[in-house]
Amino acid sequence: MTGNATALSEKRSSAPAVGTKPSISRRIHGLMIEMWKYRLSYAFIFPFMAMFIIFILIPVVAGVLLSFTYFNAFDFPAWRGWLNYQNLFSQDVVFLQHVLPNSFKFAVFVGPVGYLLAFLLAWLISQLPSTLRTWYALAMYAPSLSAGVAMTVVWTVMFTGDRSGYINSFLLKWGIIDKPVYLLLDQDYLLNIMIVISIWSSMGIGFLAILAGILNVDKQLYEAGKIDGISSRLQEVWYITVPMMKPQMMFAAIMAIVHTIKSGGIGVQLSGSNPTPNYAGQLLLDHIGDYGFIRFELGYASAISIFVLLLCYVLSKFFGFLFAPKEDE
Amino acid sequence: MQASRLIVMKRRLTVKWEDFVLAIRLLERAQIWIAILLLPLAAFMLLPLVYLFNHAFKPLHELFLFPPTFIVREPTTGNFAELLALSESTIVPVSRYIFNSIVVTFLSTIAMVVTGAMCAYPLSKHPFPGSKFVLGLIMLALLFATEAVAIPRFIVIQSLGIMNTYLGHVLPLVALPVGVFLLKQFMDQIPNDLMEAAKIDGAREFTIFMRIVIPLVNPAIATISILAFQSAWGNTETSTLFMQEDAMKTLPFYMSTLTSGLANSVARQGAAAAGALIMFIPPLVVFIISQRKVIATMAHSGIK
Repeated sequence: MTGNATALSEKRSSAPAVGTKPSISRRIHGLMIEMWKYRLSYAFIFPFMAMFIIFILIPVVAGVLLSFTYFNAFDFPAWRGWLNYQNLFSQDVVFLQHVLPNSFKFAVFVGPVGYLLAFLLAWLISQLPSTLRTWYALAMYAPSLSAGVAMTVVWTVMFTGDRSGYINSFLLKWGIIDKPVYLLLDQDYLLNIMIVISIWSSMGIGFLAILAGILNVDKQLYEAGKIDGISSRLQEVWYITVPMMKPQMMFAAIMAIVHTIKSGGIGVQLSGSNPTPNYAGQLLLDHIGDYGFIRFELGYASAISIFVLLLCYVLSKFFGFLFAPKEDE
Repeated sequence: MQASRLIVMKRRLTVKWEDFVLAIRLLERAQIWIAILLLPLAAFMLLPLVYLFNHAFKPLHELFLFPPTFIVREPTTGNFAELLALSESTIVPVSRYIFNSIVVTFLSTIAMVVTGAMCAYPLSKHPFPGSKFVLGLIMLALLFATEAVAIPRFIVIQSLGIMNTYLGHVLPLVALPVGVFLLKQFMDQIPNDLMEAAKIDGAREFTIFMRIVIPLVNPAIATISILAFQSAWGNTETSTLFMQEDAMKTLPFYMSTLTSGLANSVARQGAAAAGALIMFIPPLVVFIISQRKVIATMAHSGIK
């Protein structure tokens, strides 16, 4: 806001010098009066917006600028134009062969599957009476309460590579394998294990929003629907529940996207190294970490970051298109 | 004295049990089927958590037993002692990490809730010039994954000179777009007449905010507190990037140093299990206490 205000005052001081456009200066004057009237509102939003600008807006803008440079954290950034982006999409074999396909597979499974699962679970739970409902909701939400770091302890022990690991132990007992598998270091398994863990912990705030959305639908609508000829529960869900709770579903979708993108680092935690073995569990964020904080090619890492942010934006627009209330509704 | 207390307790229990039986009888057949269907799934979701609790109390020989056990047989607090002993040999004791975590979580939760509520109020109730633009920015920032621009953030923190301070932990977390967003949706539902009436009675803006708006959005405040608490408690980013001194890092960071590369090693498994339990309990307790309010908030936060 401060930037806006200074820009306005500059314009205002230059306007009388021009003299030929009184309407503009008067309009700006009017705006200033209006803004002064709301000075208390600006005071209210100031603490948040200050932090917002310093720690979110400036980093994003700086990231965009850095992405066009070569920067190793010691020397001054050197301008490189579009070279980082060109390299990202034409030269970076690891990115093209491992990171992109991994991220795509990860996102497709964790995003939509997790989302549908959240909806299905929320709908089933909403059918239960309230005492039971609370406990089931708590059971589903509890995994996302656990900080990621804490859970890697559990999961690493479950998937440990020798026979004392639970999964190995069961597979040995049932005779499916005859010697222990290094699950977390094997490129065939790592990504799949990451997907399972992420879906497990994805019933978070989005799930609660959907559950509350379903509970909030007016019961009379279902009765009206019955009179209008809705015969099955499925039709009820499709024609009444979903349209009525689009806002909550939209919120859940945004949370799902952010969750999916943020899930980077889980492969690094599980396998204990960045890059992950044979790049099997390398996701976009791990790639940023690899270039940014291990190789110190900060300009290049910024280019990847900007790509990630754009991806987030496009995905959210897509979801917004799916769930936004239409004009005719 | 004690016998009578026992009787009271027993009566309480039986009443609860009767309630439960009654609740079961009242269920429709479809509901029973759903409950039964969901039971294994709920158990599956909770399995790792049950395991977390048991694992933390297992003695060393049980941790590596073959075949592995799920439920602890001879519970011991040895792992917690190991966690403490482990950090005695290093320069920074684990209690310091725990202290840091508590301070950082407490301060940033309060900062997030207060600034979020203050920002949401004018956005919802006073259409000041530029409010649409600010709201749009915040909506956009909902998508923001802090990890994606870690590098510029690092530079910002460095140039502010707040590395290795508690401010460096707290300030980057303060701007929580989800918080402003949810609170704004909630405040939208407060009728404007209420505030006009207060104004006629002579209340000033700040009084209206503290006496009318905040009490009315109490459930939403509870929800934001939980979100804020969770994001601050589990956060490793500030420790990893902005703290170079070990004495300033937090518990989750310490945990991640314990757990990385754990998959195929024997050392420190017990300590890691104990630490994981310490990490998990506070968010669970906070959520159980306030879950009703959370669900209520979600129901009324429609983006309409």
